[in-house]
Amino acid sequence: MAKRTSTRRTPPAAAATAAPTPAGPVFYELDEHPHPEGSSTMLGFWMYLMSDCLIFAMLFATFGVLGGNYAAGPGPKDLFELPVVAVNTAALLFSSITYGFAVLAMQRKLVARTQLWLLVTAFFGLCFLAIELNEFAHMIAEGAGPQRSAFLSSFFTLVGTHGLHVTFGLIWMVTLMVQVARFGLTSANQRRLMCLSMFWHFLDVIWIGVFTFVYLMGMLR
Amino acid sequence: MPPISSILSFIFGRLTLNELPLDEPIVVWTFVVVAAGGIVVVGALTWFKLWGYLWKEWFTTVDHKRIGIMYMILGLVMLLRGFSDAILMRLQQAMAFGGSEGYLPAHHYDQVFTAHGVIMIFFVAMPFVTGLMNFVVPLQIGARDVSFPFLNNFSFWMTVGGAVIVMMSLFVGEFARTGWLAYPPLSDKVYSPDPGVDYYIWALQVAGVGTTLSGINLIATIIKMRAPGMALMKMPVFTWTALCTNILIVAAFPVLTAVLTLLMLDRYVGTNFFTNGLGGNPMMYINLIWIWGHPEVYILILPAFGIYSEVVPTFTGKRLFGYTSMVYATLVITILSYLVWLHHFFTMGSGASVNSFFGITTMIISIPTGAKIFNWLFTMFRGRIRFELPMMWTVAFMITFIIGGMTGVLLAVPPADFVLHNSLFLVAHFHNVIIGGVLFGMFAGINYWFPKAFGFRLDPFWGKISFWFWVVGFYLAFMPLYVLGLMGVTRRLRVFDDPSLQIWFVIAGVGAALIAVGILATLVQFAVSILNREKLRDTTGDPWNGRTLEWSTSSPPPEYNFAFTPIVHERDAWWDMKARGHTRPLTGFRPIHMPSNTGSGIILAGCATAFGVAMIWYMWWLAVLSFAALLVVAIAHTFNYKRDFDIPAEEVAHTEDARTAALATGG
Repeated sequence: MAKRTSTRRTPPAAAATAAPTPAGPVFYELDEHPHPEGSSTMLGFWMYLMSDCLIFAMLFATFGVLGGNYAAGPGPKDLFELPVVAVNTAALLFSSITYGFAVLAMQRKLVARTQLWLLVTAFFGLCFLAIELNEFAHMIAEGAGPQRSAFLSSFFTLVGTHGLHVTFGLIWMVTLMVQVARFGLTSANQRRLMCLSMFWHFLDVIWIGVFTFVYLMGMLR
Repeated sequence: MPPISSILSFIFGRLTLNELPLDEPIVVWTFVVVAAGGIVVVGALTWFKLWGYLWKEWFTTVDHKRIGIMYMILGLVMLLRGFSDAILMRLQQAMAFGGSEGYLPAHHYDQVFTAHGVIMIFFVAMPFVTGLMNFVVPLQIGARDVSFPFLNNFSFWMTVGGAVIVMMSLFVGEFARTGWLAYPPLSDKVYSPDPGVDYYIWALQVAGVGTTLSGINLIATIIKMRAPGMALMKMPVFTWTALCTNILIVAAFPVLTAVLTLLMLDRYVGTNFFTNGLGGNPMMYINLIWIWGHPEVYILILPAFGIYSEVVPTFTGKRLFGYTSMVYATLVITILSYLVWLHHFFTMGSGASVNSFFGITTMIISIPTGAKIFNWLFTMFRGRIRFELPMMWTVAFMITFIIGGMTGVLLAVPPADFVLHNSLFLVAHFHNVIIGGVLFGMFAGINYWFPKAFGFRLDPFWGKISFWFWVVGFYLAFMPLYVLGLMGVTRRLRVFDDPSLQIWFVIAGVGAALIAVGILATLVQFAVSILNREKLRDTTGDPWNGRTLEWSTSSPPPEYNFAFTPIVHERDAWWDMKARGHTRPLTGFRPIHMPSNTGSGIILAGCATAFGVAMIWYMWWLAVLSFAALLVVAIAHTFNYKRDFDIPAEEVAHTEDARTAALATGG
């Protein structure tokens, strides 16, 4: 048993119930209002994005280290077709702009217009994915699959992880479109649309890195 | 119609009856005991009709206090598993001399040391740390829950999912035989074709998602939900270390996720990241995994530092010496922990300049750490120290950790490391800092906050038994390993030739036996305390004459933590309230807005665990099914917009009146 009473120092236990001095400090918030719901969501989602960014950082680093190891197989110049990648990049960049329009419409509470711009965004996203998958299929058909060399392993993993993110972004977008249709632009749905907006623009930023470091600099190697 | 074997292999993938280790009596008997224990527990829960209660009040809870307690239980259970692995190893090494092969075949021994490391770090230390942070941080900052209560529940169950996968490997198939970080090329498909490494990968991936999300959650909580007046430099030091630890988690665990994904691709898809051929580079893995791994050890130790920083002022009755320097030391350690990873493999051959850089950064870490030790010492200086259990663990830590720290600085000298790399000296060093630093801290924390969690103190007698057996056992178990390491004995060996070494292993074995008594005494301590709970009852909510806000509310705290949010004026806010004569408001309660419980977390984690198991055994149908289920449940969860409720003012008043009465009678 602890001998706490004998060893207690100031303040004594009685102080806990003693009356305050007349102009004493306020220790409790008596007139409290609940915090607005979701007030931490943006910060939390931003941190999630940064953690995701680190995953990409690792994949970029891996590509940086292993990207020159062709193992006597094909290199970037044999595989990449910059015009196709340019179209691909354009599709994704346009989708970011159209998502921006969706957010503007959302802020003006225009449900139909928001949905329309989301649809356009999803369309560009799908175009991007289709072109990317087509590119992958071509490379694999030529015998340049992810197993061929460390360069191709890191290429497929980096670009593929980005593509996977776009895929999940599209699933999310469709879910949100259903939710906006059913429940309207409620504050919860607006918050979700803003999160997806951050996610979508984040993927754009990552793609600019991919485009620059993988494709453009790959052609210079 | 296809033959029966192809149907079976479609359903069970590569899982066959041969994968059950029926030829290993140790595993079979373990299974019998575990299964018997499991049947008893399940039977008892069913008999007493507790499943509904557990599901409604615990499994689906979003209350940070209950989730914290569940993390602690998980850590304790897994400690028993991890420690039995340790005993197996100590016995084997003490026996396997003079031509004796010991009693563990190599195949089994290699799994034991791998499982021991993985379990102790990921499923003992991490749940303990996360559990304490979960329980304490919202209370310390005067909040009613964390920022994302549902996510908190989900994170916990993902950690459990990882633990389930590891435990499953004991009885179905086998665990990795690669060491706790699964270095390639050994962990590649070519050299480890069995499912052991896959168990490793999926257990850590499932648990890692939970850890990352709980890190995000706690950062958002600390940034956004502090009580009014609690500026950053007025936060309790434990909250500061929790903040830094969670920043480290969010900045380190994605690295682990990424590198394990690459290893997984090597094994499943046949890519060439870490293979020996076709341009792969195994050292890439070793670099990446230590970029996670070194911050990880600070993830574990920083909250322990935070606990000591709470315990020392409380039990010396003085405010913490050098609060500001303590905070800056924590921040400096946080940053430096990213700049030292290469000291884990000086022998890679990266050259004198690179090794010097990492050696020097490593040595620099000892400066902020040393500053902390001096701060605790100066806090104790001329204090009236009460040697309660938390304080005893703290003093044991200070002595033990200094030894571990000094051997760490020794290892940081690259030429010395070339001699000591992979030796038992290293094993002794990291057990010295992890047991003497992290685990002692957890025990200090458990003894310190247990009365807050349950309303009664832990029995000091059995606590002291546990303390002395642990501390003495630790020194006996690990000091011999320093000696052996200096003599050149490398780690992970199963049999020895030189008979002069045996005595040291026997001493280490005796130490492990003492630790076993210490663990047993801890369990007895819990049992005795529960039996004597009325005698150990604390009605004040403040049994230690504490200084921070968690002691201002009742023990155990009500669901809503604080009927009125406290307003903070000083560091040590509760001490300040007591010193300046606050009055606890007795009327004017308002309804309190709280999050509702949800089963989505446990269901999602169940799907993720099923997905992991399916991938391990190549049950592709189950993988597709469980992944689809994961998506569907997650999306369905987002269709639930009503996630909170109000505790009516009358109920709050009722709870608070009961506390008023308890305070009046108990004092």
